[in-house]
Amino acid sequence: MEQQREAGTLGMWIFLVTEIMFFGGMFLAYTLYRTFYPAAFASASNHLDITLGAVNTVVLILSSFTMAMAVYFTQVGKQRPQVLCLVLTLVLGVTFLGIKAVEYHEKYTDRLIPGKLIPGAEFGPDPHKLHLLEGATLKQVEMFYWIYFAMTGMHAVHMIIGAGLLTYLIIFSLKRRFDPEYHGPVEVIGLYWHFVDIVWIFLFPLLYLLGRHLLDH
Amino acid sequence: MKPIESFELPSPSKVNYLNAVYGLKSWLLTKDHKRIALLYLVSITFFFFIGGIYALMIRLELLTPQGDFLASTTYNKVFTQHGIIMIFFFLIPSIPATLGNFLIPMMIGAKDLAFPRINLLSWYIFLIGGVITIYALLAGGVDTGWTFYTPFSTTFSNSYVVATGLGIFINGFSSILTGLNFIVTIHTMRAPGMTWFRLPLFIWSHYATSLIMILGTPVIAITVLLLAFERVAGVGIFNPALGGDPILFQHMFWFYSHPAVYIMVLPSMGVVSELIANFSRKNIFGYSFVAFSSIAIAVFSFLVWGHHMFVTPQSVYAGMIFSFLSFAVAIPSAIKVFNWTATLYKSSISYDTPMLYGLGFIGLFTVGGMTGLFLASLATDVHLSDTYFIVAHFHYIMVGGALMGYLGGLHYWWPKISGRMYPEGWGRFSALVTFVGFNLTFLPQFVAGYLGMPRRYHAYPPEFQVFNVLSTAGASILGFGMLIPAIYFVWSMRYGRRAEANPWHLPGLEWRTQSPPPTENFETTPIVTWEAYEFAPPEETEVVGKFRSEVERAT
Repeated sequence: MEQQREAGTLGMWIFLVTEIMFFGGMFLAYTLYRTFYPAAFASASNHLDITLGAVNTVVLILSSFTMAMAVYFTQVGKQRPQVLCLVLTLVLGVTFLGIKAVEYHEKYTDRLIPGKLIPGAEFGPDPHKLHLLEGATLKQVEMFYWIYFAMTGMHAVHMIIGAGLLTYLIIFSLKRRFDPEYHGPVEVIGLYWHFVDIVWIFLFPLLYLLGRHLLDH
Repeated sequence: MKPIESFELPSPSKVNYLNAVYGLKSWLLTKDHKRIALLYLVSITFFFFIGGIYALMIRLELLTPQGDFLASTTYNKVFTQHGIIMIFFFLIPSIPATLGNFLIPMMIGAKDLAFPRINLLSWYIFLIGGVITIYALLAGGVDTGWTFYTPFSTTFSNSYVVATGLGIFINGFSSILTGLNFIVTIHTMRAPGMTWFRLPLFIWSHYATSLIMILGTPVIAITVLLLAFERVAGVGIFNPALGGDPILFQHMFWFYSHPAVYIMVLPSMGVVSELIANFSRKNIFGYSFVAFSSIAIAVFSFLVWGHHMFVTPQSVYAGMIFSFLSFAVAIPSAIKVFNWTATLYKSSISYDTPMLYGLGFIGLFTVGGMTGLFLASLATDVHLSDTYFIVAHFHYIMVGGALMGYLGGLHYWWPKISGRMYPEGWGRFSALVTFVGFNLTFLPQFVAGYLGMPRRYHAYPPEFQVFNVLSTAGASILGFGMLIPAIYFVWSMRYGRRAEANPWHLPGLEWRTQSPPPTENFETTPIVTWEAYEFAPPEETEVVGKFRSEVERAT
């Protein structure tokens, strides 16, 4: 049993390493084009809704906390708070996705979705609304938004998978499957959840905050 | 010295993993690593023969200087599909998913891999990826080269790039899951007494391979995914028309695809370490050097991708560093070759079929590795880039290295896998035919390439014809050499002589159980009290004994 749990945890850590490499490709692209097109990236970044982004960051950090508590309550064998924490984590995760959807919709109405990702609503924002810095072109802004959608979209896909895994945990913990003896799945999915949160902790400053000061001058 | 023959072998039992349960369902839903290995074996053999047919078409076209057999567009598709099938659907899964899957638990004394269900899942993922790719080939094929260089692949190519990319993307997850499973298994499932430095070198090389699989494959996954989006949605981080950088694609592609070469050849090196030590009945020379050189190769493999890009606008300083690092990766490879050779020195070699492949590997891999150094030199590479020299070089690594190791391993463990012996005479004959055919195919390509024959064209200047005729003749012999084992392996499953538990009389754990093994591998969990390749304790060998007695006399 102990060997099984150890194997499960190690397996998840290795999986998370692959996830880092997976997201790493996009972080590389971000770094490259931010260096190529600093003005466009600052302009486009400034157009993102910093309030919604910040609220979402708080929501995710809270969900990480409730997830950690769920693992703790499973380890000490308290079933009711364990279920409660898992449900809270799921609610917070769904809240995050909801807020993200609102943000995506704003981009849609501003015609900021790059290329032909949405057929019939090709990229074509009103340049006056964007406050373009000197030297920034719309093509470069489109590049920012492609990276923005690729990264946050991939992050959202991971959140949706996480929500599915949490649902599974809630069902099984309602059936009292987890106890101090057997709680591998809670721990392992907890690790995954924290990882997805941490990705966002990097995405938020990179996409929403960096370069914001350039516009004040 | 404990004679090998006196090991306590389990009483032969009629029940083994092959006949424990019957029926299609018992195979398709199996969680037994040995059965999954066989599922993989059948699937990759299928892909190997498809890839082989494409190779045949390439060689037929190149028999004459004119493009008379295939139109240039068809030819583009044929070499692309040859590469994609052979690399992603044969070579990368070849040894790990079949021999590795079968043997890792047996060699470390475990009942199964750490995650049997994930193991089965990985086969299904492989199959789904394969089916999608086959669909793309049948629907119209893909003509970008297996390298998918942008912007041709994103903007201009008029073929099934997205479907093929999707197949490769999905297939990547099977590779990741296999690597993950192996690492966790090797860490947590070793039998009591099986310490890290008692592990057979096959295990070490698979550990290193798994590291590359988990670190590299996700990068190709995201790269191919972004490529597909670019093509479908007209967005572009790789498309210069949209402000993107096509060189970024090459960096990300080779960041995986160079290490991928080591995914192909490292397991093969593991097999060869087994073959050399076991068929010369001697402990491997410098065990820990061979073990750590596998890890060193895995680490270095991630630092050399830029040598594929010497003729791009990559900075010349980056080029120099990549050149230096590419030279450096030759060191751990050379350590292996020297240690194998040193193992052979004054040993009792038996030239059975597996050993013939093993010895063939050493020679061919050395040629492939040495010509790699020409390509790692900046100036020479400019001359040789995109010529047949490159084609010959990487076939020496991938076929002369990876495939020879795979065939050697398949012969070596066939008695354990199938419970039957293959016909030894035919085995040696086909090993020889393969070796001759291979060299005849690819040695002339070095010359043609050096003289300037470019790769990836269906027509060429007539002065290169002599090399191409030689090469095509060699390819026919090589193809013949591949067909013979395919026939006698199938034949031996029914008519082959029944194999005993330990037909080669070796000390390894996998030989200490019946052939074929029972579903749970060992009747009781083995307790390991011996070192790897313990043929004779060093103090009992003649030389050491003589030296000791001389020392004793002197003091």
